[in-house]
Amino acid sequence: MAVTAITPSGAIPARHRVVARRRIAQSAVVGLLLTATLLAVALLVTILAYVIIRGLPAINLAFFTERPRPFGEVGGGIAPALIGTVILAAASGAIAIPVGIAAAIFVVEYRSGRFAAPVRFAAELIAGLPSIVIGVFVWAFLVRGLVGHFSAIAGAVALAVIMVPIVARTVEEVLKLVPNSLREAALALGAPRWKVILSIVLPTARAGVLTAAILALARSAGETAPLLLTALGNDFFSTDLLRPIGALPLQIYRYAVSPYDDWHAKAWGASLVLVVVIGAVGLLLRVVARQRVR
Amino acid sequence: MLVPLTLVAIAVLILIDSWPSLTAFGFSYFTTTEWDPVKLVFGAAAYVYGTLVTTIVAVLLATPIAVGAAIYLTEFAPRAVRAPAAFTIELLAYIPSIVYGLWAIFVMVPVMRSVVEPGLQASVGQLPVIGKLFSGTPIGLDLLSGGVVLAIMILPILTAISREVLLAVPPTQREAMIGLGATRWEAVSRAVLPYARPGIIGGAVLGVARAFGETMAVTMVVGNSSRDISGSLFVPGYTMASAIANQFVEADSELYFSAIVEVALVLLLVGIIVNSVARVLIRRSIADRPAGAVI
Repeated sequence: MAVTAITPSGAIPARHRVVARRRIAQSAVVGLLLTATLLAVALLVTILAYVIIRGLPAINLAFFTERPRPFGEVGGGIAPALIGTVILAAASGAIAIPVGIAAAIFVVEYRSGRFAAPVRFAAELIAGLPSIVIGVFVWAFLVRGLVGHFSAIAGAVALAVIMVPIVARTVEEVLKLVPNSLREAALALGAPRWKVILSIVLPTARAGVLTAAILALARSAGETAPLLLTALGNDFFSTDLLRPIGALPLQIYRYAVSPYDDWHAKAWGASLVLVVVIGAVGLLLRVVARQRVR
Repeated sequence: MLVPLTLVAIAVLILIDSWPSLTAFGFSYFTTTEWDPVKLVFGAAAYVYGTLVTTIVAVLLATPIAVGAAIYLTEFAPRAVRAPAAFTIELLAYIPSIVYGLWAIFVMVPVMRSVVEPGLQASVGQLPVIGKLFSGTPIGLDLLSGGVVLAIMILPILTAISREVLLAVPPTQREAMIGLGATRWEAVSRAVLPYARPGIIGGAVLGVARAFGETMAVTMVVGNSSRDISGSLFVPGYTMASAIANQFVEADSELYFSAIVEVALVLLLVGIIVNSVARVLIRRSIADRPAGAVI
């Protein structure tokens, strides 16, 4: 800042006034920006606070072990939806994780090949599709087509379609981190390309691949729209992949739009469970990622 | 190879299923609002309108907040606060859509109905032209609420992308301006923001892509009843995605079903176009960082 002598008359020189005005402008803008930031953070805190405060009273042992009671009766739990979510996660993971890893290998390890570009492009486009569109597709393909009715397997396929691009994109980044010298060393020893990938590249990237899988599972656990058109929901215990199955998000939706207070309370409880599971996974991944960087 | 095949299969199956509706209604599907399963006449203009209105409201509300927060967190915030605050906002992206919907129905809608909407009506609602946007009875379950929920939901991705883009601006841009005697804000507004503009616009476009396909939370608060285009934000409406969610399972005739699948076809095509545009814009700003990989 230029040091200007105060004129004998005591008036502040024009140059100072300009600087002051610019300073004030800066403070005003920073104040606005800070307000925007606080607003965004406050939204998160508010939503989480509501989920916790309204969700906690609904949580008890029966909530996790019993099946829903018919409306009018108070009590019961959401156990079938919990089991359904676990089964859907296992089945969709079994489909999406290998496919996503394979897609990533195509893109990274066979970069010059004919398939790499279309695979990557298609994965990006699928990632951008509204999930309800994927639900319509799986409905036409499985619910009306191969299976013939609403079923857990259709729900799992719909979730898998959503997960594949997430797994592929994350694994791609991880595979890129594997040093090329490792690949070259193995190739120089005469190992064929597939063997290099299976026994050198993938084991090296193991932790990252695992992260990708968990991330995709966490993202798909909250999906509702495609399940409405595929898994449908089920208030009874079911482990049959060919029958309709419940899921946490479906249960929340049904309870939230119902007119019963007890069901509303259960919707909050189920939301709390969902948010805690997804949040725990997210935090865990972050901690693991940070440790690996060190 | 399964991945491109899946995309092709999605497009082909949806195209086949919407064919009866495509041939029966042609372009009038997009220009008429009559949606009558009994008379078998289907025009989706009201759904397209609902989607456009909620998306525009969402982007107009979310972009200033997201960009403001991103600028603050990259340029002005104390260093120790930057990463944790950014992470906190990104956590919003982990909350499932259905939980936003639940929160919106029971917490946001009552506030909209009793505080926000009457307030808007009493203030900007009195103005000559814009006033029409805020006419009608404030019911809370309407297009405005749908837009507000969407705004909250696209906030994290907009913030994350704007932040990435701003972080990718070379420090020399700032240093040169400050070296000339500019204040920090002058440096940011004249040397950093113009540099980051394509990326930020790309982020907003990606927000659009998220918003128009989002289903559950909007379906729960948008009202799902009126099928007319009235010009007010205070009327219940339908979006394309909520129309599918609500009516897909009840479609009992082939033409009805096909008309709904055509809505999915429109979402599919717009989704592909908007995402491609967004990615091109963001890539131009962030050299080799994956856009959206944050989340």
